[in-house]
Amino acid sequence: MNRKNWITVSVSVLALSALLALGACSKKENTEQSSNATEQPAAAPAVTPIDPATVATVNGTVKFDGTAPKPAKIDMSQDPGCKGTNEAESIDVSGGDLANVFVYVKDGLGNRTFDVPKDAVVLDQSGCKYHPHVLGVMAGQTVQIKNDDPTTHNIHPTPKDNREWNESQPPSSPALEKTFAREEIMLPVKCNQHPWMKMYINVVKSPFFAVTDKSGKYEIKGLPPGDYTIAFVHEKLGEQDQKVTVGPKDTKTVDQSFKAM
Amino acid sequence: MVRADRSVAVCSALLHLRGRRPTRIDLPESRGPTLKSIATTYNRGLHRFAIVLACWTFLLIIAGALVSSNDAGLSVPDWPTSFGSWYKIPKLVGGVKFEHTHRMIAQGAGLLTIILAIWTWRAEKRRWLRFLAIGAVGTVVAQGVLGGLTVLFFLPPPISSAHAALAQTFFCLAVAMAVFTGQKWIEEQPRIEFDQRRPSLFTLTLLSIFVLYVQLLLGAMFRHHGMSWWPHVVHAVVVSFVLAWTAIRALTAYPQIEAIRRPAILMISLVIAQLCLGFTAFLTRVAWGRDAVQPELPMVVSTVAHVAVGALLLATTVILAIQTWRHVPVAFEERLPQTQSNPTTA
Repeated sequence: MNRKNWITVSVSVLALSALLALGACSKKENTEQSSNATEQPAAAPAVTPIDPATVATVNGTVKFDGTAPKPAKIDMSQDPGCKGTNEAESIDVSGGDLANVFVYVKDGLGNRTFDVPKDAVVLDQSGCKYHPHVLGVMAGQTVQIKNDDPTTHNIHPTPKDNREWNESQPPSSPALEKTFAREEIMLPVKCNQHPWMKMYINVVKSPFFAVTDKSGKYEIKGLPPGDYTIAFVHEKLGEQDQKVTVGPKDTKTVDQSFKAM
Repeated sequence: MVRADRSVAVCSALLHLRGRRPTRIDLPESRGPTLKSIATTYNRGLHRFAIVLACWTFLLIIAGALVSSNDAGLSVPDWPTSFGSWYKIPKLVGGVKFEHTHRMIAQGAGLLTIILAIWTWRAEKRRWLRFLAIGAVGTVVAQGVLGGLTVLFFLPPPISSAHAALAQTFFCLAVAMAVFTGQKWIEEQPRIEFDQRRPSLFTLTLLSIFVLYVQLLLGAMFRHHGMSWWPHVVHAVVVSFVLAWTAIRALTAYPQIEAIRRPAILMISLVIAQLCLGFTAFLTRVAWGRDAVQPELPMVVSTVAHVAVGALLLATTVILAIQTWRHVPVAFEERLPQTQSNPTTA
């Protein structure tokens, strides 16, 4: 190969590497800028009062249509400190009822603002699993993370709109207290020491949310009368929305079903 | 003596052919003219140490592949310390077993590289080889920093991919050091045949290294979730074609030159093995393991083997390029009278 060709090849390799690095770095920078900029939310407008005498309730059951897949088995043998149940919770179906669906008021609240609860939401690590598997929290509300296992975990949220962090938590150490500033649905959290450990945090701006229990049931209380869009979000099965209108003191049942993908 | 004289003549002709001026020729008082490189003596200890470094680096690449295959890259959340300590070994369970072992092997590689550089600087007469050893130290330091950045920035695909690519670059450097310090390289007279075909075999070997490097980057980007799998799979066709072309040219044109024949055979064998492993890794990881709760043994084994054989393939191709450069220099007809195109007349 003559000198000219050699230079051409070298420049091509360097240009390719530089383009790849530049493209991805600029993407990361944008993400970091946006997350850093929103870590401290702007001062919230005054809380909109809700008349407790007129509030309504929306409840229902979420079903799974079709034959539910068998829960995947987890192999915890790589850490003797892990002695939990060895079934994954990604699609948790019992008698057709679907658990771990996050239900929230996606639209219809307008510009209302709400107090952030002072009580922390607890995320526990025991049996080398997260409890609960799906968690709802208001933006700015404290999440208290505990480790009840005799082994070290690391907690690593991988958000799109919030700040990413990764912290280690040895056994018997004090609980970690964290907040998430921006609204984000199905924000994945994982443990890199135990790769089967995954859970999802849902950060919303209103207190009108719930997570379906083992019987697929949910209930959202204290909703002011109005027209709303209720979103049902599952980590694997995606999102489905329903419109609902509630009057003063109404109790409306809104059921939903997901089909196997 | 006759052998040395012939070598001087051939090397001088070769340097003329490449359009360069001959380098300085040492003229020992009683032995006649000898090239400085020919005067280099074989240092068994240095050569064996270079081999140890190459093997250690290969082990390090496997350890690194185990980290990413087991999704354990962030199981130790800090760097350069591990769980806040510079020297304490944490309990090696879960992902920490892979990540911290990788860090310890990497520290060993850094230490071995520094020792090799000092040894080479003190014992080696070839100036370019001494600078190559210093370059290896710079590479291993850069590799360590990239590894740290992957941890501190939560595995950004470009940095993690650069870490994977530089690992194999360093492996090639270590293998090249082992070749250059070897007895055959130092004491054997190369059998030289000028290459007048176009593209020349040397061009083909450089093209092979280039397509392999692109393939390495595409594979690393896919592994680190920065890209889909299909560019890596599509480019595998390009790699197979270019490497097969190179191997066939080497084996048909220069079957009599052992230093070219052996790496060419190894290279094409590794290509076949790599294609099989790539297909297996695709099945276990992409087709069957898409919804796996955790990394499963078949996907870990196939992916790690794919990375390891990929490293061997790149290093073998680099050796083929080096041996081609040495044994089959490119003849430039336009600079050479017809009578001088035969090296024996030079």
